[in-house]
Amino acid sequence: MKLAMRVFLAALGLFLGAGLARAQTEISFFYPVAVGGPVTKTIDGFAADFEKENPGIKVKPIYAGSYQDTIVKALTAHKSGEPPVTSVLLSTDMYTLIDEEAIVPIDNFVATAEDKAWLASFYPAFMANSRTGGKTWGVPFQRSTIVLYWNKELFKEAGLDPNRPPATWAEMVDYAQKLTRKDASGKVTQYGVQIPSSGFPYWLFQGLTTENDAMLMNDAGNEVYFDKPGVIEAVQYWVDLSKKHGVQPAGIAEWGTTPRDFFEKKIAMMWTTTGNLTNVKTNAKFDFGVAMLPSNKRRGSPTGGGNFYIFKKSSPQQQQAAFKFIKWITSPQRAAQWGIDTGYVAVRADAFETPVMKQYVAGFPPAAVARDQLQFAVAEFSTHDNQRVTKALNDGLQAALTGTKTAEQAMKDAQREAERLLRPYK
Amino acid sequence: MSAHHSRRFIANVHGWLLLLPAAVLLVLFTHYPVIATFLRSFFSTPKGARGSVFVGLDNYRQMIEDPIFWQALTNNAFFAVGTIPISIGLALLMAIWVNGRIAGKSWLRLAYFTPTVLPMIAVANIWLFFYTPQYGLFEQILSAFGVPSHNFLGSKDTVLACLIVVAIWKEAGFFMIFYLAALQQMSPNLAEAAAIEGASRWTFFRRVTLPLLMPTTLFVLVNAIINSFRLVDYVVVMTRGGPDNASSLLLYYIYEVGFKFWDSAYAAALTMVLLLLLALLAVGQFLFMDRKVHYR
Repeated sequence: MKLAMRVFLAALGLFLGAGLARAQTEISFFYPVAVGGPVTKTIDGFAADFEKENPGIKVKPIYAGSYQDTIVKALTAHKSGEPPVTSVLLSTDMYTLIDEEAIVPIDNFVATAEDKAWLASFYPAFMANSRTGGKTWGVPFQRSTIVLYWNKELFKEAGLDPNRPPATWAEMVDYAQKLTRKDASGKVTQYGVQIPSSGFPYWLFQGLTTENDAMLMNDAGNEVYFDKPGVIEAVQYWVDLSKKHGVQPAGIAEWGTTPRDFFEKKIAMMWTTTGNLTNVKTNAKFDFGVAMLPSNKRRGSPTGGGNFYIFKKSSPQQQQAAFKFIKWITSPQRAAQWGIDTGYVAVRADAFETPVMKQYVAGFPPAAVARDQLQFAVAEFSTHDNQRVTKALNDGLQAALTGTKTAEQAMKDAQREAERLLRPYK
Repeated sequence: MSAHHSRRFIANVHGWLLLLPAAVLLVLFTHYPVIATFLRSFFSTPKGARGSVFVGLDNYRQMIEDPIFWQALTNNAFFAVGTIPISIGLALLMAIWVNGRIAGKSWLRLAYFTPTVLPMIAVANIWLFFYTPQYGLFEQILSAFGVPSHNFLGSKDTVLACLIVVAIWKEAGFFMIFYLAALQQMSPNLAEAAAIEGASRWTFFRRVTLPLLMPTTLFVLVNAIINSFRLVDYVVVMTRGGPDNASSLLLYYIYEVGFKFWDSAYAAALTMVLLLLLALLAVGQFLFMDRKVHYR
């Protein structure tokens, strides 16, 4: 009897549910996961909360793999005519998405004064990668910068002040030399510093060029400056860490295993994303610090991470619903929650004024380092035909770091290749 | 007369109907894509509003001037030469070893076959840590013998060899199964006869076992060659083609061009080269090797 009743209710629920769904606007939403932690759970929670507050809209979050997997899925879907309504993709994919005519400007939906205030609330450093040609194409969501993590224990052992990270390039070399240890046979057992160089070395490299006050590209994304002296100097500094000073492992350092190297005390300092903060906090068995990257001519780091985009081939009704969802999920409370759960930088200043974030930062000051660095941050390297131009730069950097080319030769070759690729976009 | 004809006709229709499901699938998922790819390789990549136009051989001309294509091709050749003979040799050795009368041979067979069963992505992640400098498995072993530290995957000289080792490890157990099956089919009379004639074990192996295994060897060889061009999962996980394209294989490069650069036309042209290469190798094998293969 009880069972029959339950079955009946379930069937009724399904029936009504299906009926309601037809009256609802459904928005599909692709998202990638690029850092550790229960990201999927947080996103599903957000979607459920949003649906509760907005009964007319149904959000269907779809986990789509890495950033690369997600753009492959989103663009393939776009080409077959059925793209997601909205998706989180790399901020640097903006030009690619525009060139494919896959997305619409966010400005199309900004109508009220409240909308305008919302769009103006994001950190300008994050908006640099979200605007081009006078239009806004993306909304910052999971964004990061590069920071320096250091092992306080090893600093103490080396006779350094454990609470004072290196502030300049020269200081970083000096510290790293003191932190590099050799055994009796002359084999290095612990390196001073590691800047990962596999996969996407251009991103970490942009930290170096920014600090050397050199730009890698123009705002229009159709010119690059790889062979300028300031850029070549930055390559040389990176190469010298291994080659001249011997304070960094030779060859290419794998991005994925760099945090592990740090946990194993094989390196005393590492450069990596703030998105790893929660990971390091959980896994480092020693006292560690987080600092802004050291400066040379100035401080600096590129931003990184993903933006929300709205796809062109969905209905106006769906686009409006997606806009509402994006506005909702980037509100101060939610931005703060997202930052705490993942380690990403909350994308707007007022998120740091929320009680929950204030409390978190008070208990864990490293959480504020990336935010403080934002004032020195620049737009992540991004051009038309982005992946190809980036590959030219990556190949050049890896050639210099593995010693097959000099810094100058590697950058000249990369420049020539990039100029060839960018010719159609002038 | 006419009754005979109509019976033949019905038999024909019957035959074709039986072939139809498989034929449809083959045409839809194999032959049509090949032809479409071939045609696409003569057109430009559509970009937004700019549609696709006929460009003739431009994509192929671009290929000839593309240094990364040549590097990927060369890498692939080294990769094939490095993996195929060793993995087949090893497979044969292992098969003979576990075909003998030894204690715990089921466990040994299972152990040899394990790499084949494990998912490639998981395996590649494990190997990534084997190769890690300073505290990876190999580093720990080598440093015990006083060998200086080496960044295996981070150096252009060693990265391809490292991938070859993973591929051999993965493939040998799979090929062993085929050899083992062939060895078990072999009549024990042959060994007895050879023993009576006083042939040494080596002579028996060289003159009897090996020739009888030739059909298996041909099959395994075809598979090994295809696999050396087809498997790139571990490149994605372990090196992403780096450093500086030193471990980029042809199929990985096609993936990059097609799904990272979104240049589908050029990717189509590259795919045609891969197809042509595999077709030539297959034809060559069946034509030339057939003479050396004795089917019973």
